Amino acid sequence: MGRRSTGGKGAPPVANQNRTKPQVRYFAESAGSCYNPIIMTALEDFLSSTAYFSGLSAADMESITGYFSSRTAGRGEIILFEAEPVEPLYFVVSGAVKVFKTSPEGKEQILEIIRPGDSFNDVPVFEGGHNLASAEALGPVALYGIKKQNMELICRQHPLVARDMLRVLSTKIARLVALVEDLSFKNVTGRIAKILLEHVADGRGATQRLTQQEMAAIAGTAREMVGRSLKTLEEDKAIRLEKHRIVIVDKELLREIAGVLN
Amino acid sequence: MPLALKEDGEMSIVPVIDPQKCRGCGVCVTVCACEALVLQGGVVRIIKDVACDWCTLCEAVCPEGAISCPFEIVIEEA
Repeated sequence: MGRRSTGGKGAPPVANQNRTKPQVRYFAESAGSCYNPIIMTALEDFLSSTAYFSGLSAADMESITGYFSSRTAGRGEIILFEAEPVEPLYFVVSGAVKVFKTSPEGKEQILEIIRPGDSFNDVPVFEGGHNLASAEALGPVALYGIKKQNMELICRQHPLVARDMLRVLSTKIARLVALVEDLSFKNVTGRIAKILLEHVADGRGATQRLTQQEMAAIAGTAREMVGRSLKTLEEDKAIRLEKHRIVIVDKELLREIAGVLN
Repeated sequence: MPLALKEDGEMSIVPVIDPQKCRGCGVCVTVCACEALVLQGGVVRIIKDVACDWCTLCEAVCPEGAISCPFEIVIEEA
């Protein structure tokens, strides 16, 4: 199932020889005898809500749906591995995916958490070569994927997509710059404060929960430091720790600790 | 989130255990102050009628990363 076996904390990930082939269904293959207009409409509705394709007309949207494939993954399933030959550009339909790098010693650094409507594996699809990072499902996820050559075809046929692609990549660069800034200049407690602010439940759908290990991987620190930082934030009365909940009691104070400007 | 039935009849959210990662070392069972964990068939399971107090020690000590104690992050209503 593509699980990344670490062999224990601190050990490097083992090769994925036992990775099973994911269940992938291409919509182009569905366009024959098993064409399902309901599925195609759902795909068009989803794509029109994404940053890449929101500028396309209905007719243009219909012309590109055949290039996409659908895929699901379970919690902990590795969707793609760092350094392997480039795989599709993926869009998250439901669930959440963490994109991360792993050091030779097995330490993990989360680069971003991808939520519904967002994409991952963008850069290698356009740059070519190999996947820059690994991606793992944080829970049950549903994805749409498109191969490099098909994405290039769409960009040539629809210049608006190419323009929107630049916007998406610019946003991702800005996020990575912010991550570098946080890792370089903020102390651990400040980074944890920012992480809490960025992962607040919005009440609209399934809540994305974070473990202390995941917070550590985002903040580039050890799990023990996360626990200490949370205690510090609670002592400062910025948060309150409850059973399986972190309650932000003073958002402005937390923003100040996180160094977040208005 | 996995749930467990407490003695008072209420449901309690419990840690997530990945049976594929669990090697059955039993360290988490040793550190659990609530006695909520038990080794069965070589893997750890939650005892359903015991309330977990979410100390997250089991997650901290697991050498395989098989236990997850995720937190929901919310803003307190004014």
